[in-house]
Amino acid sequence: MTQPMVSLSGLYKIFGPRDMEVLHHVQNGMGKEELLAQHGHVLGLNNINVDMQAGEITVVMGLSGSGKSTLIRHLNRLIEPTAGEIIVQGEDVMQLSEDGLRHARQEKMSMVFQKFALLPHKTVLKNAGMPLSVRGEDEVTCDREAAKWLNRVGLTGFENHYPAQLSGGMQQRVGIARALTANTPIMLMDEAFSALDPLIRTDMQDLLLELQKELHKTIIFITHDLDEALKLADHLVILKDGFVVQQGEPQHILLNPNDPYIEDFVSDINRARVLRVRSIMTPLVDGKVPEDAHGEVDVNDTLESMIARSGGDTSHAYIVKDGEQTVGTLDMTELVRALVPRVASEAGARQS
Amino acid sequence: MAFYDKLFSAMGLSDWCGTSDDKAPLSLADLAAQAGGAEDAGPVFPIPSFDNLHESCNRVWQSRDVTNGIEDGFLAAKPALKAVLDPITQPLSWVLDGALWLFEATPWFIMVPLLVAISWYASRSRPVTIFVAVAIMLLAVVDHYDVAMQTLSIIFVCTTISVLFGVPIGIAMSKSDRLQKSVVPLLDLLQTLPTFVYLIPLIFLFSVTESKLYGIAIILYAIVPVIRLTDLGIRLVDSDVIEAANAFGMNDRQKLIRVQLPLALPNIMAGINQTIMMSLAMVVIASLVSAPGLGVNVLRGIRNLELGVGIVAGIGIVLLAVILDRVSKAALTRVDKTQVKH
Ligand SMILES: Nc1ncnc2c1ncn2[C@@H]1O[C@H](COP(=O)(O)OP(=O)(O)OP(=O)(O)O)[C@@H](O)[C@H]1O
Ligand SMILES: [Mg+2]
Repeated sequence: MTQPMVSLSGLYKIFGPRDMEVLHHVQNGMGKEELLAQHGHVLGLNNINVDMQAGEITVVMGLSGSGKSTLIRHLNRLIEPTAGEIIVQGEDVMQLSEDGLRHARQEKMSMVFQKFALLPHKTVLKNAGMPLSVRGEDEVTCDREAAKWLNRVGLTGFENHYPAQLSGGMQQRVGIARALTANTPIMLMDEAFSALDPLIRTDMQDLLLELQKELHKTIIFITHDLDEALKLADHLVILKDGFVVQQGEPQHILLNPNDPYIEDFVSDINRARVLRVRSIMTPLVDGKVPEDAHGEVDVNDTLESMIARSGGDTSHAYIVKDGEQTVGTLDMTELVRALVPRVASEAGARQS
Repeated sequence: MAFYDKLFSAMGLSDWCGTSDDKAPLSLADLAAQAGGAEDAGPVFPIPSFDNLHESCNRVWQSRDVTNGIEDGFLAAKPALKAVLDPITQPLSWVLDGALWLFEATPWFIMVPLLVAISWYASRSRPVTIFVAVAIMLLAVVDHYDVAMQTLSIIFVCTTISVLFGVPIGIAMSKSDRLQKSVVPLLDLLQTLPTFVYLIPLIFLFSVTESKLYGIAIILYAIVPVIRLTDLGIRLVDSDVIEAANAFGMNDRQKLIRVQLPLALPNIMAGINQTIMMSLAMVVIASLVSAPGLGVNVLRGIRNLELGVGIVAGIGIVLLAVILDRVSKAALTRVDKTQVKH
């Protein structure tokens, strides 16, 4: 495996004046509530170990107050950790000088904010060009790059508007254009779509995926919405009270939740829409395919499309293809079983 | 036999006090007693003031020693203070005199259109500009044009200097809580002290004929709001925007110039508006210490009981106040609007 783009190890953050002194309590297993009750310090992050791979979207999910914003702000050190290591592109962020850190923020990581955080007194064009002008690029370059990315996010014609003249969705497009203009390998997105209404939100998610297909950035995306997480994530990290409950491939987490907290999360999800054939197929053992197969399907088809295709007939079976290659078989009965969350199926089993 | 005798002997201080053997009248009470010829019984339990205590103990000061002491102390410090402050403040006199000369020397047919043009440029508002033109002509027809220009020149100089010093001080305060904590009481003091009170030490320090005397008095009084509102404005800048500025790697200078100052501008402008109004208020009082302008006519009205002169000058001041207020407020709303266009 190649070196991860971002690697967090043993990361702790405790909010309060004596964070160093109470750190050992947390390292000895004290939880968030206890720490607050006994020592008056807030536990932000608790022994975080996460690797984020280049070119992937890593989604960090958790309820309000679980430490998502705290986590993402450690990557560019908007928040200083109490203990731990932050490695970005093989470089220890904690060792950077003030100039080095500023340089890293300018050239390596750009950020998109929940509340957009645009400059209200600057036009859309100047806002989008801001990262370059901070680096000291000349105005022509800034404007040209800004216009290019504004066009890419669908805002051509709005260059001379002010942010307050745009809708929330459009403002966030400016926010994304600004991050893209910075042309950094890493993009940090803190609940970037949470302030938008559902339809606009879906649009923005599609836009992000489309851009990602082209640009292959390393994106760290924060959300408290599981649907959004499952749609975007290559790697999903679930946070609770500052520690990582489970991380891994999203489909895997969905099918094998290892904690009641996650089971609660995943119980409401439309599994047919999220799960994909590859997650539930039977891998090919010895090149043998069933002769009565009803056709070929792609590994990345959703179960929903399979149900539509089979017309709901559970006796069907399909051959699963990854491109040209045959990789497995799919039995519709397996598919139906996968639609029921594990908790529910266990509960059902107990009752009978 | 004074009331507090027993107290001092009880504390064993009679020897230290010495006997009150001198018969010369030492206090007003003594004088009154002598004049009355009879031993003054006095109140049963006199307030323990310096003078009352002195009657029992010679070593205790009298109140006039305190006032004398302050005066002596001040006079002793004066040469040193003057040696330092005089050269530093001398440019203020030059600027004030220069501006006064310029405002008076410029012929009215240049000055009036210029002022109207400035009003238009600052406010971009037709009613405000027309009002300014009419108000100045009104002042002119009652022959108050010259004095109004004198007042205006002083306000112009003092406001400019207040802004030049006040904005950086406000910026520094917004950066440091410690500095803010120590400067705020000083600002409170400057703003609450009755204006006459700080004219007193200034009169001692500088001669009444120097224009910097009233310049300093006006600036000290008028600089307060621009400092306060610059500090406040920068502290009120949306923390999300500051975070974004940090996240994109701005240094402190870039943050100040590109984010904090522009976003604080409406507040700073509100501070400047108040500074202008306070200079105007003070320039009238400063006519007591030889500041020229409309205030002189008001003073004449009071001194000589010339009702008409006083009232006309008073109306002139009101007109000037409204002009300055309207123009600076219109400029403020214009800045505000470019910030949040809906
Ligand atoms: N500056 C701070 N001082 C003290 N406690 C803080 C500070 N910032 C965050 N916290 C605490 O740390 C915890 C995690 O906060 P954080 O903002 O990271 O949560 P979050 O997961 O982003 O929540 P949300 O979804 O509401 O944004 C919370 O309990 C919060 O109260
Ligand atoms: Mg958050």
